[in-house]
Amino acid sequence: MITTLLYSLTGLILFAMGLFTLIVHSHPLRKILAVNVMSTGVFLILVATAYTPLGQGEIDPVPHAMVLTGIVVSVSITALALILACRVQETSNLDLLEKSKQSKARKESGA
Amino acid sequence: MRRTRNRHKRLDGFQRLFLLLVICLTALLGAILCTIHGPTPGLADAVAQFQEQSGVESPVTAVLLNFRGYDTLLEVMVLLLAVIGAWSLTEAPFPDQITEISPVQMGAVRLLAPVMCLVAAYLVWQGSHLAGGAFQGGAILGAAGVLLLVSELPWLRSTPVFSLRIGLVLGPLVFVGTALFCLFFTGDLLGYPEGTAGWLILLIETACALSIGLTLASLFAGGRPEDEVVLEHKPVDQSFNGERS
Repeated sequence: MITTLLYSLTGLILFAMGLFTLIVHSHPLRKILAVNVMSTGVFLILVATAYTPLGQGEIDPVPHAMVLTGIVVSVSITALALILACRVQETSNLDLLEKSKQSKARKESGA
Repeated sequence: MRRTRNRHKRLDGFQRLFLLLVICLTALLGAILCTIHGPTPGLADAVAQFQEQSGVESPVTAVLLNFRGYDTLLEVMVLLLAVIGAWSLTEAPFPDQITEISPVQMGAVRLLAPVMCLVAAYLVWQGSHLAGGAFQGGAILGAAGVLLLVSELPWLRSTPVFSLRIGLVLGPLVFVGTALFCLFFTGDLLGYPEGTAGWLILLIETACALSIGLTLASLFAGGRPEDEVVLEHKPVDQSFNGERS
């Protein structure tokens, strides 16, 4: 039970960190990474709930199958999101990196 | 390092409020996780009950390709959609000149790539009775593809793109074909006829592993390959290029 709890809580903390970064930071690369960290946390929680100690009944294969499909989908969606972010940066006049620097400078001058 | 620390000190009011909210949410969810004690009911017994009918011995593969085959079918489609999206956005950013690759890397690639293909085939085969299957095998194949892409082998450019396209849709096509075949024979989508489930699953897994590997490698390449032949055959692509230039 301790093992399950440890993994679940680690997954939860990863999820919370990702959620905070996703909302607070404006740079698309940070957002994509944050979503990845969040999904890793969710996978960890899912696998941890399926965990049963050796010899105490069958392992539930359904969460494992869900995580397996989820990992592949998250990899492909990350790649698509990265390509989209590159495209946005190429086609728009706004340099996304530059923009976050400007806002930081504005914030610093304001403070 | 100092810069990030500085920025973290300067969270504005809303960000501080949000941080507080996230901490509250985490505490709540953590409390919920701590209170879930004892064995969760789960579906382990149901899966074990129908394991013999599924045609495979590994419970995860049985869930993936038999009991919840519809999910996996849609997931393979998601992968295909991701590649279509990536290919419609950009061309693969290949460097113009082929750079010198160190002989150590070339030697490693020559040794590793065949072994990786072998491991991928073994993993697909192993999926019927142990941990393994189309996704694991596809991941290894994708890694082999990335290795080949990184070392810029000259024959990669001369490979016709049409064969790549065929490879990408092979898995989804075989999957949909099998599903329709089952619909025709048993009246259920993906309801395998008795006795054939094991072989049909192996067929689907082999085709899907190939497609998943190619998908991952082409997603790593980051766009459609440059190919004049395809542009001639597809007026849509040509007009799109014309508008852009």
